[in-house]
Amino acid sequence: MDINYTAILPEIMLSLVGICIMLLIPFVPRERQTHLGYLALAGIVLAFFGVAMGWGQTDLAFSEMIFQDDFGQFSKIFFLFVSTVILLISMNYLEQEKLFQGEFFVLLLFATVGMLFMATSADLIMTFLGLEVLSISTYILAGFKERERKSSEAAWKYFLLGAFSTAFLLYGIAFVYGATGSTKYLQIAEAIQASPDYSLILFVGLGLMMVGFGFKVALAPFHAWTPDVYEGAPIPITALLAVASKGAALLALVRILYQVFPDLSQQWQAILWPMAVMTMAIGNIAALTQSNIKRMLAYSSIAHAGYLLVGLTAHNPLATQGILFYLVAYAFMTLGALIVVQIVGRREEQHTTIEDYNGIGYRYPFLGIALSVFLISLAGIPATAGFMGKLFVFSAAVQSQMYGLVVIALVTSAIGLYYYLRVIVSMYMGEFKTEKIPITISMPLRIILTLLVLGTLYLGILPGSLLNLAEEAASF
Amino acid sequence: MFGTELQLTLLLLIPGFGALVIAFVPSRKIHLLRGTSLFFTSLTFLYSLLFFTHFDPGAETMQFVQKVPWLNVGVLHIHYHVGMDGISLFLVILTTFLMPLTILASWGIEKKVRPYMFFMLLLEVGMIGVFVSLDLILFYIFWEITLIPMYFLIGVWGGKRRVYAAVKFFIYTMAGSLLMLAAILTLYFFNEAQNFDLVEITQRLSLNQIILPFPVELLLFLAFFLAFAVKVPIFPFHTWLPDAHVEAPTAASVILAGVMLKMGTYGLLRFCLPMFPSASAALAPAISLLAIVGIIYGALVALVQTDVKKLVAYSSVSHMGFVVLGIFAFNLQSIEGATFQMLSHGLSTGALFLLVGMLYDRRHTHLIQDFGGLAHVMPRLAAFFMFIMLSSIGLPGLNGFVGEFLILQGTFLEHAGRAAFAASGIVLSAIYMLWVYQRVFMGAVQNDQNRTLTDLNFRETVILVPIVLLVVWMGLHPSTFLRRMDTSVQKVVDRIEQVREPQIYRVEYRGH
Repeated sequence: MDINYTAILPEIMLSLVGICIMLLIPFVPRERQTHLGYLALAGIVLAFFGVAMGWGQTDLAFSEMIFQDDFGQFSKIFFLFVSTVILLISMNYLEQEKLFQGEFFVLLLFATVGMLFMATSADLIMTFLGLEVLSISTYILAGFKERERKSSEAAWKYFLLGAFSTAFLLYGIAFVYGATGSTKYLQIAEAIQASPDYSLILFVGLGLMMVGFGFKVALAPFHAWTPDVYEGAPIPITALLAVASKGAALLALVRILYQVFPDLSQQWQAILWPMAVMTMAIGNIAALTQSNIKRMLAYSSIAHAGYLLVGLTAHNPLATQGILFYLVAYAFMTLGALIVVQIVGRREEQHTTIEDYNGIGYRYPFLGIALSVFLISLAGIPATAGFMGKLFVFSAAVQSQMYGLVVIALVTSAIGLYYYLRVIVSMYMGEFKTEKIPITISMPLRIILTLLVLGTLYLGILPGSLLNLAEEAASF
Repeated sequence: MFGTELQLTLLLLIPGFGALVIAFVPSRKIHLLRGTSLFFTSLTFLYSLLFFTHFDPGAETMQFVQKVPWLNVGVLHIHYHVGMDGISLFLVILTTFLMPLTILASWGIEKKVRPYMFFMLLLEVGMIGVFVSLDLILFYIFWEITLIPMYFLIGVWGGKRRVYAAVKFFIYTMAGSLLMLAAILTLYFFNEAQNFDLVEITQRLSLNQIILPFPVELLLFLAFFLAFAVKVPIFPFHTWLPDAHVEAPTAASVILAGVMLKMGTYGLLRFCLPMFPSASAALAPAISLLAIVGIIYGALVALVQTDVKKLVAYSSVSHMGFVVLGIFAFNLQSIEGATFQMLSHGLSTGALFLLVGMLYDRRHTHLIQDFGGLAHVMPRLAAFFMFIMLSSIGLPGLNGFVGEFLILQGTFLEHAGRAAFAASGIVLSAIYMLWVYQRVFMGAVQNDQNRTLTDLNFRETVILVPIVLLVVWMGLHPSTFLRRMDTSVQKVVDRIEQVREPQIYRVEYRGH
């Protein structure tokens, strides 16, 4: 049998480099282990080449386990981009926290492999494997500051609840298998089409799977772990969970709902609709009262998952396109905001309350402008990526005539304005306190931040190029 | 560049480029920063005059149009589409006219001059953009963009409760306009041509190529209306206004009252009426009632204020009520009067805020009780104040009279009762204005601190003189302005008549 390796070339490269680093760790002195990050970076660059080599090919590879299509390629580039940023900021972070452990990079690479598999999988078992690879790596990463209580607490909470929810997912897969006799996406879809009188088992299976994914995407009512874990985890890992892990689960869900269960759309829309409303409402309202900026961003990420869910519920071509665009926009602004949080947090993340941002805008104009742009974008104000993302996602929902949902989404985003503005208020309208440790911005972080700011504005003013890509990717 | 497609875009680019230049001027060079901003805003003003001279009053269509596709993906088609007609022309010129004056009035800003000037120029781009956009999404984008600089101007350079005022201003206006976004999207999917083009949508609606069932039209109208009502502000959505005005620095107050409130009434005229005529006609009685309540309520509240700036702010609520009343009387006089009143309110209230700001610069208070007898100490300021006050009250021969007279006349033709109630607002405005003038400027100087105040200096006189000249011009020769509005306003009136006519016939038929 002919095996099409190009379908998983990036995953192979990331895994190989990850294993290499693991083997090298004993031979590198501890203080130098952050340099292993460059090797991991090389691995990601190789993975980019891997994506390029499979560019434009479509295939159902590895005995119908892996899709090789535009959607997959788009997602792969997205995840590799996010991993690159997270890798670069975590090198800085580990240096600053004196956490000289190369394992960090290995786990990051493996987590990336998991994400890539989730976005390209064509089989529920494969999706589950991808999710597990991603989850187990992130469980460890969340508790990486082992001496700190909050970090360990975050890891434990995430692990226990996560393991519980994956059990739901697996149980769901078993039910779907029982109802349709297959775990392969296309065969399940065929089986559903062939016998339109759906059995209860199928619904139960779908429902249980939604619980599993709902946990990973942090949708209400399965979001309770998010604030604690995001707050306790090291900031680069918060970014990983908020952007990459959420994105991977969401893209897997897009594929499963749109490709496997399109015939059941009425049923899953009925589940997603209230979930979207709850997610947006809880995320935005709970964020209002937060005094810790990491926690606030955690709730804001829940709210944004809700907006994405609005698109998912819409179920039309514009929706897929909108979700992909929104995800990229969301990645830009959330990564950017978290990088600023890391810089301002300084050693041991001591400065993460909103009051710590008082007067920062004048003392550190660069950070002030950058964070303002990200927050304005998160709030969905025009000329930024966040506005365009909302525009596309909500247009999709209007196209599917879900006016109620759109109005609720708009009302909740109006609530959201308040807490984003609050940070800007304290940055520019608060009194600057003298600081014990001055803020330093390393060159790589400065460059990344500049690029993210420019990207956020570029996508807000000229979203056409990315939207075209998303349009191609949206046709499964 | 004039005469090419880019002519209007250039009007947006000049202040935009100015903002960019400001961003690169060293922040210590305060004079250079002020000079640069003054240069770019003046240049924008002079350039905008070209539109005035080249404007063709008889043209039925939009002028100076540029339309290029901006986003063409899948089912979404957004255009960069700008143009002007008789309604927007003067609002643009009002904006560009007030900007250099407000920059001059900002000479007192000493801290953080660079971001201040940057936001002022950005604000100008946003405001001009609002008035010239002919694509709904583009309009929405400019509409929201104006919020950010204003938010910072109030929040950073404002008075004691500035943060509260800024956040309240932002949340109110943003919450209002988000529903407008939902309405824009809904309208989009009712439009089979699938674009956001205002001109085209209006045309297709009037030719019944887009059919909105009445309940849908009503909801869409309300969504747009809410956004505009918060901005105008129409009673009872006005509560953000006194806070924002009192806390804002002088220049921001002037722009807020002079231009940004007009964005709301402009929106009613440009979007609500032409796109949703049936809903507008159906809700006109209710909205007129709100307008009349606003006129009287604003005036009564202004009457009891102890703070001059708050008094001017509430008088805005009252005056803007006239504009809304005129718009919803649906005839040529009333709507033309409303448009004219937008301009003259922009000038008079802008000037009043400038004058109050000049008082504040000297005395650091807005409280009426702290003043008294200032005419002895500052005769020039008192004279200017008297003049502007008379224009605001609506003295014949000055600008305020023309607008209010046309509005009342037009309204009277439709509903004599509404006009009668509204007219009481004019009486009240005379009372509160004259009374405040008496308490601030007349009598003997009571407070010793007031004895040493200096009169207007050269810079301040330069700010006020152009306004005074324009006030007289608008009052004595309003046809310069009205002539250019005729065709555009008539189009709006025709559009409303199109849906109202059958109803009138029916009434007459039953009568016989």
